[in-house]
Amino acid sequence: MNIVLELYGLIAIGATALAITRTIPVHGLLYLVVSLLALACMFDELGAPFAAMLEIIVYAGAIIVLFVFVVMMINLGQPDQLREKGWFAGGAWIGPGVIAALLMGLLVYGTQRSTMAVGTAGTPIGPQQVGLTLYGPYILTVELSSFLLLAGLVSAYHIGRRIGGKS
Amino acid sequence: MMSIIWPILVIVVTVFGVLGVAAVSTMLERRLLGVFQDRPGPNRVGPFGLFQVIADAMKMLFKQDWIPPFADKPVFLIAPIIGFLAVLLCFGVVPITPIWSVAGNLNVGLLFIFGMLGLGVYSVVLAGWSSNNKYALLGGMRAAAQMISYEVFMGLSVMGVVMAAGSFSIRDIVDAQTNCWFIIPQFLGAVIFFLAGVAETHRLPFDFPEGENEIGAGFHTEYSGMKFGMFYLAEYAGVALSSALVTTLYLGGWHGPLLPPFLWFAIKVFLLICFYILLRAALPRPRYDQLMSFGWKVLLPLSLLNILVTGAVVLLRAGV
Repeated sequence: MNIVLELYGLIAIGATALAITRTIPVHGLLYLVVSLLALACMFDELGAPFAAMLEIIVYAGAIIVLFVFVVMMINLGQPDQLREKGWFAGGAWIGPGVIAALLMGLLVYGTQRSTMAVGTAGTPIGPQQVGLTLYGPYILTVELSSFLLLAGLVSAYHIGRRIGGKS
Repeated sequence: MMSIIWPILVIVVTVFGVLGVAAVSTMLERRLLGVFQDRPGPNRVGPFGLFQVIADAMKMLFKQDWIPPFADKPVFLIAPIIGFLAVLLCFGVVPITPIWSVAGNLNVGLLFIFGMLGLGVYSVVLAGWSSNNKYALLGGMRAAAQMISYEVFMGLSVMGVVMAAGSFSIRDIVDAQTNCWFIIPQFLGAVIFFLAGVAETHRLPFDFPEGENEIGAGFHTEYSGMKFGMFYLAEYAGVALSSALVTTLYLGGWHGPLLPPFLWFAIKVFLLICFYILLRAALPRPRYDQLMSFGWKVLLPLSLLNILVTGAVVLLRAGV
């Protein structure tokens, strides 16, 4: 058992639980950032420093910042917090809880059956090897995701255009 | 025993060195601005006004540290700490001399710096949000858009260097510049990187998150005492970091004739910090939308072009 890895895991789970239960959206997002950072540490511990850094740059450094940006723009106040509190009352969380438990069970079952070593540190894989693999066996995935990004770019441009204007 | 003490020594000296450089560069900035604007600048406290740094630090430490009652307390407290830590952590992967670096060999060093810069955005955004003040909120939102956008160009412009050196480790990048500094083949990349560095540290002329004639003091309107001091120090440490990065990535790091490695590194960083200050004295602030459209319409295509040409040259050199 790798104690450091377990510790990161505990932090990730705790922070995620807090992210779900906070009623102030920005606090929830901050706990989500902590959870993502703990996840990045786990990747690094498992021998994937490149994936760890991408996790920090892309998720913590860009996507969650955009979430915070949106939350700042709509500026949720006291009434929204009260409404959020209401959502936690009663049995509202039972349904999602059962589904999440099912998923968790599946995940545990899958990892138990898999022959691959889970939770053990492998040899660290540098950025060069990741690049070679991405542009070798996984080239199709890279190309497909580039299509997806292009589609996203075009639609963002379409939505952001000035209606009735020249540009 | 030595193997434990040496890294700790390196870390402690680097941290305090960065703090010292940040503190002294506040003084340097005021004196240089004085020179550029044909006035003496602060010259009363101690020889050449050097003790002004200490006087300012004392003032900052003993000022009343006030948290506004309408602010979101925990976030308000943590925001300056995040910004300061993020900049300080970046210095860990910058190799200062061949033997003096905390983790200069890290094989994802450059990515680590971009990760930390990404986290640094939170400091300004959260400060703006938690202050519960309209000026601060506007400053925070400007900061979020500006810093995320310019991080993109910063990352893309540096890819030319990564391709030429074939590594993300800053140590390897410096070693690849033994014969020819990257500023010569990568001039376009260097210019874009420097501009993005100015926007990323939100220094003048790109200081929109705190543009005082538009939005008060921006994101740190509600901050006082040492919490403001941390933003202040983080800004100057950011300037030093940006200068150190340009030095290691484009100006050959510690390489240079005759003088010892550390001196070369220090001279290059010092000159770049002075250039930062000259920029502040020489250029007026553009409009916010001009900054954003300049980034996305000029810097983005240029940095992509830089990657394309560099890639072609690298392939030609390899004889593919």
